[in-house]
Amino acid sequence: MRKLDYAGAIREAMAQEMERDPRVFVYGIGVPTWSSIFGTTKGLTEQFGPERCFDTPICEDTMTGFGLGAAIRGLRPIHVHIRVDFMILATNQLLNMVSNYIYSTGGKLKVPLVVRAVVGRGWGQGAQHSKSLFSNFTHIPGLKVIAPTTASDVKGMLTAAIRDDNPVICFEHRWLYWAEEEVPEEPYEVPLGVGRILRPGRDVTVVGLSWMNVEARLAADILYKRGVSVEIVDPRTLAPLDEDLIVESVKRTGRCIVADCDWVESGFSAELAARISEKCFGRLKAPVKRIGFAHTPCPTVRELENEFYPNARTIVRGIEEMLGLEAANLDGEDFFSHERRFRGPF
Amino acid sequence: MKDEAIYRRLFRTALLIRLVEERIIALYPSDKIQSPVHLSIGQEAVAVGVCDALRADDLVFATYRSHGFYIAKGGKLDAMFAELYGRKDGISGGKAGSMHLAAPDVGLMGSSAVVASTIPHAVGAALSFKRRGGDRIAAAVFGDGATEEGVYHESLNFAALMRVPVLFLCEDNGLAVHSHRPIRQSYRLIEHAAAYGIAGRRLEEGWDMLAVRQATLEAAAHVRSGEPFVLEIATSRYKEHVGVGEDFHFNYRTTDSVDAWKRRDPLIVDAKLVAELSPELEREIDAAVAYAEASPAPGRLELLTDVI
Ligand SMILES: Cc1ncc(C[n+]2csc(CCOP(=O)(O)OP(=O)(O)O)c2C)c(N)n1
Ligand SMILES: [Mg+2]
Repeated sequence: MRKLDYAGAIREAMAQEMERDPRVFVYGIGVPTWSSIFGTTKGLTEQFGPERCFDTPICEDTMTGFGLGAAIRGLRPIHVHIRVDFMILATNQLLNMVSNYIYSTGGKLKVPLVVRAVVGRGWGQGAQHSKSLFSNFTHIPGLKVIAPTTASDVKGMLTAAIRDDNPVICFEHRWLYWAEEEVPEEPYEVPLGVGRILRPGRDVTVVGLSWMNVEARLAADILYKRGVSVEIVDPRTLAPLDEDLIVESVKRTGRCIVADCDWVESGFSAELAARISEKCFGRLKAPVKRIGFAHTPCPTVRELENEFYPNARTIVRGIEEMLGLEAANLDGEDFFSHERRFRGPF
Repeated sequence: MKDEAIYRRLFRTALLIRLVEERIIALYPSDKIQSPVHLSIGQEAVAVGVCDALRADDLVFATYRSHGFYIAKGGKLDAMFAELYGRKDGISGGKAGSMHLAAPDVGLMGSSAVVASTIPHAVGAALSFKRRGGDRIAAAVFGDGATEEGVYHESLNFAALMRVPVLFLCEDNGLAVHSHRPIRQSYRLIEHAAAYGIAGRRLEEGWDMLAVRQATLEAAAHVRSGEPFVLEIATSRYKEHVGVGEDFHFNYRTTDSVDAWKRRDPLIVDAKLVAELSPELEREIDAAVAYAEASPAPGRLELLTDVI
């Protein structure tokens, strides 16, 4: 099968759905310009015309309300934000309007709106270009929230999101954009609300969110050499959550670490930990552990950025502690550094 | 002759800003500055003319493109380079970086990378001046793109209602990242401000430091009398939106528009004065860079300081 990277998979999903359904259109700040949101909207204006792929003024809340108005009239808008930090300017429309429109019309109107939000880190992005804010949106009834990790998942899940009659927010971690994978060429759906076991294991379950699944895989490789078997569960959809998959995994392993790329305090990891603790109470051999950002705005300087973000090392240490193992010498291990490939400015 | 002295003063600061940013360009490939930089090369005359016209005790609220305003308002060069380097002796110990420069001691109250988000801060600060009496003013500096955000309109409305001494200063480089102004805006800024009862003026000669200074002096006089004012200054961004390169090869704009500015840009045209002043300014920059190089990286414990 041919390989495609995550950004290309997003582009392909949108292009194929635009091809299939003339009601689908894409818009947002900078969407049709040459930088094309990390290449994810490249060529769509040329292919489908400026009426179906267009730039907007800088006014996130209004453009979200515009999308809602178009969606309840049967169009299928995809609104793109190059950072979730800018999407929060649309919080009124998303949390007060989009999320309860179906509810307040007694189900008479549908809201087939997709909002893509880029999250991420690195190269001194600082406090206003690095948030994730998953739980700000999973907290709200009436929104579907997805955070695909792999290229094949993002293509299928975005396709499903575009075809969905409910509003869907799609979180895309910037560091995933270059990750290649075999991705089917034809359109397909990966159903929303269904998680995935990325790696089966026996001793401990790591529930990874978005980028943290990449770190979890590395941690699992490192621990495998010491005879520790790590199971990685990627919920993929955060709301509605595939609770059964996670609960079954943790019941099998008896231990769980939730690895989030977001703040821990009141984060989505708290929701996961609470549900797991409740549903697996008698089977847990240790309290559920959470890993995430340090509780501070994101520092710009690299030395502190490294302290701020969790990575595979954090996960390894967490598992060692949970299993009562001595901390291994990790000096020889090759930890991922995006900056080796990415040298700014963004 | 007096004008001549003012010109030299303005020119010196403008040249300092340009040389600082050219130094940033030179240093960038070394990875010593590991964060995004939004250069104001081409736009220096605005920062310099405006800040020269403002009083030292007036306040400025700015954006991610604010190396120029930081320097023109009197911010320390060594602390700025240390901040860009992410060092302990930086303005904010390296935690803020280029996009969030602040120097409250000289009246630069903050800068934000979320477009338009500091505009209402100037309105609030202006209210504090009004409460206290006196004739200090607050200036909100923002780009043409920022005027598309609701918060800009709402700030004008409230400033007009409250009659607070705030200067709205728009740096119009015609671009928001790679999007040209006509596809984003259906209004003209000064006519739009008039709808709120706010006086305004557009200055086309944004390369001319003396003209910017004069326009700001007049605008500031109006604001000191207790009325908001919108000053829109045309300018030109020579470099790419973010980063240290040029962006003409992406074909979203031509070199023509920028070349027309360069032909009038005193920092290019007045080569004699550039040659005369550069050596001393370069030494100043050398010293600031050396200061940054010598400053230690922040320790791990710094991570959790200054949060609350
Ligand atoms: C609220 C928000 N939306 C989008 C962005 C992305 N963005 C960064 S700079 C910029 C363009 C701003 O243009 P302008 O205000 O004219 O300032 P300039 O960069 O030209 O100085 C945009 C859209 C942002 N930083 N904040
Ligand atoms: Mg602009």
